[in-house]
Amino acid sequence: MGAIIETRQLTHTYSQGTPFEHTALDSVDFSAQPGEYLAIIGRTGSGKSTLIQHLNGLLKPTSGQVLFDGTDIWESKERTRQVRCQVGLVFQYPEYQLFEETVYQDIAFGPKNMGLDPDEVDRRVRQSARFVGLEPGVLEKSPFDLSGGQKRRVAIAGVIAMEPQVLVLDEPTAGLDPSGSARILDNIRTYHQEKNACIILVSHSMEEVAREAGRLVVIHQGTIPFSGPPESVFTHGEELESMGLGVPAMTRVFARLRSMGVDLPASVYTIPQAREAVLAALHRREGK
Amino acid sequence: MALRDITLGQYFPGSSPIHRLDPRAKLVAMICYIVALFLGQWFVTYAILLLALIAVVAASTVKPKALVRGLKPVVLILIFTAVLNIFYTPGEPLVSFWIFNITREGILHAFFMVVRIIMLITCTFLLTYTTSPLELTDGLESLMGPLKKIHVPVHELSMMMSIALRFIPTLIEETDKIMSAQKARGADFESGSLMQRARALIPLLVPLFISAFRRADELATAMECRCYHGGEGRTRMKQLHYRPGDVLFMLGALVLAVGIGVLGHFGL
Repeated sequence: MGAIIETRQLTHTYSQGTPFEHTALDSVDFSAQPGEYLAIIGRTGSGKSTLIQHLNGLLKPTSGQVLFDGTDIWESKERTRQVRCQVGLVFQYPEYQLFEETVYQDIAFGPKNMGLDPDEVDRRVRQSARFVGLEPGVLEKSPFDLSGGQKRRVAIAGVIAMEPQVLVLDEPTAGLDPSGSARILDNIRTYHQEKNACIILVSHSMEEVAREAGRLVVIHQGTIPFSGPPESVFTHGEELESMGLGVPAMTRVFARLRSMGVDLPASVYTIPQAREAVLAALHRREGK
Repeated sequence: MALRDITLGQYFPGSSPIHRLDPRAKLVAMICYIVALFLGQWFVTYAILLLALIAVVAASTVKPKALVRGLKPVVLILIFTAVLNIFYTPGEPLVSFWIFNITREGILHAFFMVVRIIMLITCTFLLTYTTSPLELTDGLESLMGPLKKIHVPVHELSMMMSIALRFIPTLIEETDKIMSAQKARGADFESGSLMQRARALIPLLVPLFISAFRRADELATAMECRCYHGGEGRTRMKQLHYRPGDVLFMLGALVLAVGIGVLGHFGL
């Protein structure tokens, strides 16, 4: 299967030719498959925000290419605009970009910009509101009267309403309480499953990405040192630690147990997996 | 993004003699210089003023390139001024066609006006390039101190100014961010008629204003938490003191202004 979005030798240098010159991305090869749920992890300033802004053409590469469905997104002006609607990007703290009088109008902003007819816009607004769990009554309210978590869901609905094939979210749970975070992650999973869309989640919470994503891409100082399924990425515990990332708490506990001589698998990173692994180990011991 | 290239009110840290001058000395000298610019009448006086400016620029270690960049936004104003002066100054006509007359006086006027504006802008830029916003507001507050006697809220005004200066980069960054976010939702800021472009600004301006108000509110709370209650009885960590160099600099500027005034009186 061909990648839906791909970067080839992507390099981006900010403020080129001034004393503030800074290379944020250095020959990055990144790709995502249709229908995949992947997570990008990296600490602040690692280049992850720069990378995702290239995916929908908000930033232009200094050198290298960004391909969507196999063709360059900078081929023509129309192509770039078209890709912006196909690759939905939800920024960090997206609630600060709300501006309309009602939630309905705000969610409709994206679809209207795509030039869809009013019936289609209406269908998409209602559907995306349902995806993020907003009650129909909320649609007529002013977005500024909502709670923080609700505002964020409205902002995410605004991007989902464009029905992108690739949905990129930059730390969608930052600053929310655990139940608010869980709801947002649930909403994203629903969209992923129902629309079979490719999801790219940017985060620095290892627990979160380990639970949600099928594949992790680690980004460090503008390059991608490792990528792969969570269990393989988490075997690089020490390297991750030195990049200021660390591994999920469960993986750390299990690594410690293994170093103490307990016979446990190395690929444990969530609580249910830990429970099974411990139970299996206990059974084995009783069996002896 | 072009927004990041705005140099207005920018400060280039440094330790040149000009950087180290007391901000009040620099302010007073700048006022003297601007007065001198408008008292000047003829080539001789402008040559003197230009030399003075070059000397200060050289001492400041500010790159001339940075000063030229500061002039870019006013090019239109310069052209406009020059054109108005060339066509609308009465005097001895050199060329005339249809209803337009180009006079010798007009050309001279236009030339001097443009030189004046360029030098005026260069010297004000030199001030902001070599003086941190904090020093500048401290200097202004201290210079305007006497106005407190007639109940002008000098401290509050200077506090407002320093807060405004402090938030320029923050707001630029914020604008950039909101613009990207709205572009990601298919907003188009770059094409369309003037009306369409003006309408396209709504999704940018509404969130920007909301965030500015939110920031203002948070800042006010933070200031109150630290017991800020206006200028009454407030002391400073960095006290301003005139040194011999500052006095000399101010005197030099004053002599320049008076001298130019006298020369101007004799038509030079």
